[in-house]
Amino acid sequence: MSLATETLTGPPRAGISMGTAGDFFALLKPRVMSLVVFTALVGMALAPHVNPVIGFAALLAIAVGAGASGCLNMWYDADIDALMSRTALRPIPSGRVTPDEALAFGLVLSVGSVAVLGLVTNWLAAGLLAFTIFFYAVVYSVWLKRSTSQNIVIGGAAGAFPPVIGYTAATGTLGFDSWILFLIIFLWTPPHFWALALLKTADYRRAGVPMLPVVAGDDATRFQILLYTLALAPAALLPVVFGFAGPAYLLVASGTGAAMVVYAWRVYRRREGDAARRASIKLFAFSIIYLFANFAVLLVELATGLGGHAAFGTVARLLGV
Amino acid sequence: MAEPDGIVLTEEELKRRRSRSTALGWVLGAIVILFFVVTIAKLGGNVANRPL
Repeated sequence: MSLATETLTGPPRAGISMGTAGDFFALLKPRVMSLVVFTALVGMALAPHVNPVIGFAALLAIAVGAGASGCLNMWYDADIDALMSRTALRPIPSGRVTPDEALAFGLVLSVGSVAVLGLVTNWLAAGLLAFTIFFYAVVYSVWLKRSTSQNIVIGGAAGAFPPVIGYTAATGTLGFDSWILFLIIFLWTPPHFWALALLKTADYRRAGVPMLPVVAGDDATRFQILLYTLALAPAALLPVVFGFAGPAYLLVASGTGAAMVVYAWRVYRRREGDAARRASIKLFAFSIIYLFANFAVLLVELATGLGGHAAFGTVARLLGV
Repeated sequence: MAEPDGIVLTEEELKRRRSRSTALGWVLGAIVILFFVVTIAKLGGNVANRPL
């Protein structure tokens, strides 16, 4: 993304955009968008049947909707983004894209993505997408982020919605199974974000964002990370309990869940200096692998029909049990 | 030759505007294709169900 991170040779002139196509793409938070597409696809795979063309168009609309909410978030947060090293080079604080351009871009894509999802699939899915955009851009960005240390816990619901939207887009109903995927992402978000927040406490303090380490301290954050991880690991086994995941998922979710608890435990125990910093980095990095690995195995099981309770019978027969 | 009126874009500003315009063109083209393909997919076999 060289276009999105390059610095200007001089200050931008008033009213003239210096944004490139890459800058506008960066406003959509492409890495978050890719996770949204992936989790929505797994939610969609829970449905008994999906027309591939309709499914593709729905995923595209969900991705653009997620990107639009990211864009609106960057528009609202431009003032604090400018104060933090991680976000100071984003298109708005660096002056390449004007706030008005970003707002218009975010609003147009929000309306467009909801309309397309509604027309292509159904209005229940479109309503969920609209609610998710509203939740992330308004409830999280405008309200929670600057007012409570529980900001990313409640705001995490926005990131957990894509599997539910994906399933609803494919079926027109709110499936119970997709809410289990919602729960997994919801419980995963706090350890994931707080591991990063532990590394960026000074940034958040300077910007006045009441992240948990800033408000309650690093040790309280470490304890909360451990608690959420201890809830996450067994919750990730619920797809097996409810019969839509098979032996491969059980194996991977158990292994990655145990590893996630070990990484969280290290963050909890190692509180000083470089060891503490390394523990947080490792938990943050592994948390991404954790979600990806579990959802990837579930997707493969669902796509190949090798998941579910029936697969356990096959494994038992193969093992001669 | 008279000086051009209004704001004159620099080479850099023109380059960036061209980048935005090109991307917008591709996106609009892709949307047209997407809507066409989705329409055919939604119609399915019914597209042939009409009096000849």
